[in-house]
Amino acid sequence: MSEVLLRVTGLETAYGQSQVLFGLDLEIRAGEVVTLLGRNGMGKTTTVRSIMGLTPARGGGIEFRGQRIEKLSPDRIARAGIALVPEGRQIFPNLTVRENLAAFAGNRSGSAVPWTVDKVFRLFPRLAERAGNMGNQLSGGEQQMLAIGRALVTNPHLVILDEATEGLAPLIREEIWTCLAELRHAGQTILVIDKYVERLIQLADRHTIIERGRVAWQGTSAELDADHGLWHRYLGV
Amino acid sequence: MTEPLLRVDDLEKRFGGIVATDGVRLEVMRGEVHALIGPNGAGKTTLIAQLSGSLAPDAGKIVFDGVDITAMPQHSRVRAGLARSYQITSIFRKFSVRDNLALAVQARSGSSLSFWRPVAAETQLAEEAEGIAVQVGLGARLDAPAGSLAHAEQRCLEVGLAVATGAKLLLLDEPMAGMGPDESQRMVDLIEHLRATVTVLLVEHDMDAVFRLADRISVLVSGAIVATGTPDEIRTNAEVRRAYLGDEVPA
Repeated sequence: MSEVLLRVTGLETAYGQSQVLFGLDLEIRAGEVVTLLGRNGMGKTTTVRSIMGLTPARGGGIEFRGQRIEKLSPDRIARAGIALVPEGRQIFPNLTVRENLAAFAGNRSGSAVPWTVDKVFRLFPRLAERAGNMGNQLSGGEQQMLAIGRALVTNPHLVILDEATEGLAPLIREEIWTCLAELRHAGQTILVIDKYVERLIQLADRHTIIERGRVAWQGTSAELDADHGLWHRYLGV
Repeated sequence: MTEPLLRVDDLEKRFGGIVATDGVRLEVMRGEVHALIGPNGAGKTTLIAQLSGSLAPDAGKIVFDGVDITAMPQHSRVRAGLARSYQITSIFRKFSVRDNLALAVQARSGSSLSFWRPVAAETQLAEEAEGIAVQVGLGARLDAPAGSLAHAEQRCLEVGLAVATGAKLLLLDEPMAGMGPDESQRMVDLIEHLRATVTVLLVEHDMDAVFRLADRISVLVSGAIVATGTPDEIRTNAEVRRAYLGDEVPA
């Protein structure tokens, strides 16, 4: 079994007086694709924000590659090799596509075959065609591809995608799923939040369902596929 | 033949060298739910912005309820009965659901000059606001600050605000964005409920919702309408499948 890359133990996070996470546990091994599932407002994005240091945890521990990171700042967590593709994409509107990518290029995981700007352009030929366009001239789908490419050129150990297919046309959604399947095939460790359960079952190894800030269920794709009661109870499907 | 509620003739909008709206022709009939679908970047939001008046077209004509509104400012269009909800929720977050709706009713009813009186003190406004809250499924949340509502509830409130303006035509821009399956179902039910009283132009990427709700669907690709038809006609249109739907065609 591969090494544990990320271990979250007893995570507690709050916004002011409002506690959102109540002792959440999560483990991701190298090379795995793991999902966070649950209805809106259950704590999925907050979990990701705590892992990234954007909303620091009040309690519990987060260990990444054997190092405690729950007290680190977001930039140090990113340099340690976790890349977030955030909800809403948040690309730089006044930089070109190439500049958006080049500004983040680096080899944080020391990969032997690192992601480069040109390699991202081969993954998303559409971005290559728009290399000289500003971020604010891109369609929603192109912005999403750029946000994923920007994460990849940091050559992270772990990529986290928060609602990467939100607001995308069906064909573009398919491109994103295909891209994620290719990344998985290449051995990239991925944590993904999305609402398309059937596609996630095809893509991922394991799933974690969050309900009111706690883990309600964890299991494999086969287990989740076999129990549609879970879909109904926790995901509203 | 019945006159359409909204008729768009040869609408054009350019941003520098980019043609965002390229001779759009569109008719929305009274009482229908008309969906507008198309790839990201096809120009759907730009078209909606021109219909609602937040963006001026370079050429073409928009006729609403028999009146040429092409040059009409946004607030006058709302008064005329054309209201828009946004991709991103736009509400007064610190005001209660009741006050948000009452303000929209007040703006429509023309009593907005009496702004020194508390909005809630105006019984008629409050009653109408409460009625709309019930209509959009927020009857139990009247006193909650709008900012404290769940995402899906905020979207329902936004639709309620559009209804409160007395709209004849609702422009709904991705109302299911960011929603889970059960929340999407709630919005589908809401639109289904509203269709008895108001015409809807719906921009949405949730194909299950589009194919369930729409009487007719128009497909926008590269700034132009490439097809308009019933859900069955659009489902089997080869060009639409190639440009947008791919294999995702709801039954």
